[in-house]
Amino acid sequence: MESRALIVECRDLTKSFGDNQAVKGVGFQIAQGETYGLLGPNGAGKTTTISMVTGLLESDSGEVLVGGQPLTTRSVDAKREIGLVPQDLAIYPDLTGRENLIFFGKLYDMSGADLKRRADEVLEIIGLTDRANDQTGEYSGGMKRRLNIGIGLLHKPRLLLLDEPTVGVDPQSRNAILESVEHLSDEGMAVLYTTHYMEEAERLCDRVGIIDLGLIKAEGTRRELIQMIGQRDRVRLQATGPLEAGVAALAPLPVAKEAGVREGGIEMLVDDAGNWIAEILGKVSGAGVSVTSVDIDEPNLESVFLHLTGRALRD
Amino acid sequence: MRHAWTIAAKDLKLRVRDRSAFIVGIIAPLGLAAIFSSIFNPIESFEFSATYAVVDEDQGIVARQFVDVLDQFGEGSKADIVVLSSRQEALDLVDVEPFSNEESADAAFVIPAGFSDAVQSERPVEIEVISGQGGVGSGVAVAFAEQYASELTYARIAVASFENLGGAGDRFASGLRAASIPPPVLLDSVEVDNKILAGKTFYSAGLAIFFLFFTIQFGVNSLLEERHAGTLSRLIAAPLRRSSIIAGKAMMSFVLGIVSMAVLVLATTLLFGADWGNPFGVFLLVVAGIFSALGILAVVAGFARTAEQAANYSSMVAVVLGFLGGTFFPIGQAGGLLADLRFITPHAWFMQGLGDLAGGNVADVLPAVGALLLFGIVAGTFGLMGLRKGLQP
Repeated sequence: MESRALIVECRDLTKSFGDNQAVKGVGFQIAQGETYGLLGPNGAGKTTTISMVTGLLESDSGEVLVGGQPLTTRSVDAKREIGLVPQDLAIYPDLTGRENLIFFGKLYDMSGADLKRRADEVLEIIGLTDRANDQTGEYSGGMKRRLNIGIGLLHKPRLLLLDEPTVGVDPQSRNAILESVEHLSDEGMAVLYTTHYMEEAERLCDRVGIIDLGLIKAEGTRRELIQMIGQRDRVRLQATGPLEAGVAALAPLPVAKEAGVREGGIEMLVDDAGNWIAEILGKVSGAGVSVTSVDIDEPNLESVFLHLTGRALRD
Repeated sequence: MRHAWTIAAKDLKLRVRDRSAFIVGIIAPLGLAAIFSSIFNPIESFEFSATYAVVDEDQGIVARQFVDVLDQFGEGSKADIVVLSSRQEALDLVDVEPFSNEESADAAFVIPAGFSDAVQSERPVEIEVISGQGGVGSGVAVAFAEQYASELTYARIAVASFENLGGAGDRFASGLRAASIPPPVLLDSVEVDNKILAGKTFYSAGLAIFFLFFTIQFGVNSLLEERHAGTLSRLIAAPLRRSSIIAGKAMMSFVLGIVSMAVLVLATTLLFGADWGNPFGVFLLVVAGIFSALGILAVVAGFARTAEQAANYSSMVAVVLGFLGGTFFPIGQAGGLLADLRFITPHAWFMQGLGDLAGGNVADVLPAVGALLLFGIVAGTFGLMGLRKGLQP
């Protein structure tokens, strides 16, 4: 990752609206082909941050560099490198899908046959070729969302910013959107993806910044973040028989912590449960316990967020 | 500029598709103009009556002739002529409070001592016209005096030519010399409009400028619509200057305004027989009118938070300015405070310009065009500041 070209670099961004300081010093970097997620609940400062990275809002302090060029609200060249997919739909319902693409393409100085060809390509990518000449007011919600994304990537930006693009989208369209983002990242596009859905961040993002109350609390790969807070897998054995004896049998295993009898079974925390589960089951069975089912809860970004902020993502 | 055109073209396409601009810009004013001009038509059916005072301080032959002509005019036009002995009496009669029961005159003519001698010896001299509240009667008085002065000039040219009939071949040169002498009668104290639009033209023009404000607001308010629809963020994020976005909206308004007015001018001319006057003069007035409307509506939009709010504010402003500006009723002919107050509206200047054009040439519209441009510049400066501030996603 380090060898790839740096596409965007944000340093110590701050932004206040009156007395409310929405962003309090956010900084991150995204390299070519990398998908970076800003994960946080509503009101965490994600949209304000992305607005500063796209030049929609002027930061109070700090700096945004896109492709090495400083980006402000007045920048023109740096903005060419960015494709924006706003959280709310940003399309004209009285224009057709193709007309929407052509209009925004012209704003990025595309024209003529090149623009028409690229619009056709994008329509193909977002699966709207058959409906290209229909007014978008007649589209379903999912189709509008896909067009919203298509406009953002029409001019082949080096950096694509998606601000919660799956909010209010049906599962099928949501999956299509996530696949599109994966595809774009594979093609070398840098992606900044904001979401409050932990599953999306885990699926798409090479690195994640946990943002809350305008600050990035932690940043890294999923594994790094989980290790950072030292969380272990939670293992639950539904079992019958001498459960206390089973717990005692686990004592010699250094990876099994805090084992105890809970709700008709045995529960414990285990470092890397996948590697140790067979040995655990052997010890317990040897103590005369009959195990009927095994549940392993791996720690996830939700638990990381909970650990860092004391709140759940959807609070 | 290319980006501004792209935005303007997109907006025009949207307006054509939703037909709103077509209805507000063309159908509504055309329909109302047809109804108003056929039902009310107050100017064409207006029965003229006035009282004029005349003070003859000269008592010479030409002055008596002027009074005789004025008497004849009074008999033919239902105007009462009152002969007074002093200028002060004339002033008192004209300067009567509105709605007072006192006897009054619409205007007074003061013929100064030495008037007849001056005319006969080809020296310039003035007839003073003292006008009252600026109503129709005052305007007619000024027009009468102008006509008299003009006829005296023709008479002198004829006399000069006649005297030279025997002088072989230089009659033409003599005539030119006589014509180059200043007119014998100059007017003083012209205070009222002396050109009046005919009924059909009045309503066509009045409703055209009235609805122009509604047509123009589509462009100005579309900035707020873009914000509401979320598309403004895409425009701002695109590699173009924010001024291009505003310019695009202004261009769209301008094109809508020009098309709307062009269709209305043509349609009212062909369908209702409206007489707008010299096309180039009308074009100047229309362009300046659009410019002023853009400026004023930009100020209004700057105060609004949403497109709906802006539309409401714009409508209120358009209606108030329209009524005050005399687009529904020739308020300037009513005299009094309202007649003066109307000039704080671009509508009044537009109507005034058309009135000037009806009785004169293209150059006569320039004051009105200048006033309209001034409205546009002053209001537009404030409006632009508000719009740029509001150009946030």
